[in-house]
Amino acid sequence: MHTELQTAHRPPALIGGNKTPTDVTRDVCGPLERRPTRMWWLAFAGALTLLAIGVVSVWYQIATGIGTWGLNRTVGWGFDITNFVFWVGIGHAGTLISAVLLLFRQKWRTSINRSAEAMTIFAVMCAGLFPVIHMGRPWLAFWVFPYPNFRGPLWVNWRSALLWDVFAIGTYFTISLVFWYVGLIPDLATLRDRSRGLRKKITGLLSLGWDGSARTWSRYEMACVLLASLATPLVVSVHSVVSTDFATSVVPGWHTTVLPPYFVIGAVFSGFAMVLMLMLIARKVMNFEDYITTVHITAMCKVIVFTGSIVGLAYATELFTAWYSGSEYEQFAFSNRIRGPMGWAYAVMVLCNVVAPQFLWSRRVRSSLGMVFTITIMVNIGMWFERFVIIAGSLQRDYLPSAWSDYVPTSIEFGALIGGFGLFFTLFLLFCRFLPMISIFEIKTVLSGGHHATEEVEETKERGVA
Amino acid sequence: MKRFTQVGLFEREEQLLAAIGESRIRGLVVVDAYSPYPIHGIDELMGIRRSRLTMVCFFGGLAGLALGLWFQYWSSATDWPLNVGGKPFDSLPAFMPVGFELTVLFGGLSTALMLFVRSRLWPGKRGRALEGVTDDRFALVIARRNTDMSSAELPELLRRHGAIDVWQEGGE
Repeated sequence: MHTELQTAHRPPALIGGNKTPTDVTRDVCGPLERRPTRMWWLAFAGALTLLAIGVVSVWYQIATGIGTWGLNRTVGWGFDITNFVFWVGIGHAGTLISAVLLLFRQKWRTSINRSAEAMTIFAVMCAGLFPVIHMGRPWLAFWVFPYPNFRGPLWVNWRSALLWDVFAIGTYFTISLVFWYVGLIPDLATLRDRSRGLRKKITGLLSLGWDGSARTWSRYEMACVLLASLATPLVVSVHSVVSTDFATSVVPGWHTTVLPPYFVIGAVFSGFAMVLMLMLIARKVMNFEDYITTVHITAMCKVIVFTGSIVGLAYATELFTAWYSGSEYEQFAFSNRIRGPMGWAYAVMVLCNVVAPQFLWSRRVRSSLGMVFTITIMVNIGMWFERFVIIAGSLQRDYLPSAWSDYVPTSIEFGALIGGFGLFFTLFLLFCRFLPMISIFEIKTVLSGGHHATEEVEETKERGVA
Repeated sequence: MKRFTQVGLFEREEQLLAAIGESRIRGLVVVDAYSPYPIHGIDELMGIRRSRLTMVCFFGGLAGLALGLWFQYWSSATDWPLNVGGKPFDSLPAFMPVGFELTVLFGGLSTALMLFVRSRLWPGKRGRALEGVTDDRFALVIARRNTDMSSAELPELLRRHGAIDVWQEGGE
């Protein structure tokens, strides 16, 4: 319908293919209105399989007891808490992209913020699962909340970092969900106005009667900026609080003030790697090459190399501090990390987190999608190992040599690890099927490199009354 | 208030902005404008006041902080003081993380809730978006303030700025 617009000249843009607003609507809504592709079904079947492995493992663990895990008297936290910290970290990039980049007016975020926010929500759901199953009796999980009870009432211990976690993760999940939903409303209205039947009913209900009024837009933009301003310190607080689970204890290797910033930057690093990995897949599978362009990939690569370098600095700082502290326990903790029984895990961590991303300095590497994809996978593996090294590696060898122990994860723990990925990918694939993966209305504001689409093209247009 | 409103449908954001500008100069009432995306500068043009959601957010956050700190203090120092590792019952520094999280939680939820209330958005709301304004059309709804303008002038004004469709609606 707008063919004459497509021939018009526009400056190089964030979005390729000379798109008009209608094209954007059609391109993003199109895949949702067609039947799922074979690719999608294959991926969904794979994700469900992983999820099923997780469900069986966790069900067996809950039915039998926490003894099905390889944890012991000395190593009380293993795969479970590693997964928890890993998934919370993955979520951080979503908030960073949607909130921090919104405040910094980085327009390239518009192509990826929707799926990055969705990823945040799903990652936090995965994260929340692990402490609950770690409780052993998950049906008593509500004990973590301060609710009036008949035991006094006996309140929770507000001085415990584990309780801060409950509030930090709870708030993070709630605010991320609200932010994501508020961002979805205009696009749900677009879907509503394009569809019929059940889909129209559901999107009509969820879009709250959105009509695109200027007065509403004005308030809406204010609300988004406010939510972004709240989410920015929130994202910093969440992983800082998670790090206090460790930093407020006396275990050598945990008891250090560098841990909060170290955790936060590691979270951003791993999260960006995950977003980039998913985007590389999504642009291929969903044909979004015009929306997620090399501009976006390069920008994300730069964030990864930047945060990866800070992570490397944090590792160096840890080692320096251990040496400079003069504390033999601290020094032993780090020499054990490097040369002890889990030295191989430390090597994997350094290789994946410090060495691998450095290749992204090269423009050639950044423009090779295969290389970028490999590096993002390495970063994800490396960041999982970082948490594993910190958690199990530090617990294994603490003050008393007589209490030293080794930790060998069981198949049930591997099952839960796999299940976490299964849950994440299952939710993400459902999201790709049912909701617009790209923020339609925001893309319309950045057509033609940040200028409004209609500004340049329309001069060429002479159109009769429709 | 009962009045007739004139609706014009545009294809370009500039046409909409120009039509709003002229309507304001000519003393017409700009009832509302509809667009598929937020338009930069439309607020000033339409005379929309800066949203006061910031106040809602600030006071919501403040309420969250106050409630969080008070409840932690009350439950650990007043209702059932429990000695945990010899730490003071009123451990204000240790109460800050939860206090902060509740600040953000209350601030965010009150902002979102007030956005829905003020913009009259709720699930199951009956109403419709004008044809195409969630896709690529822009709509302007104007009305006469008094009768010294002939009723033919409104559609004429809209058409002059490039409206592709113009119709009248009997407003309430």
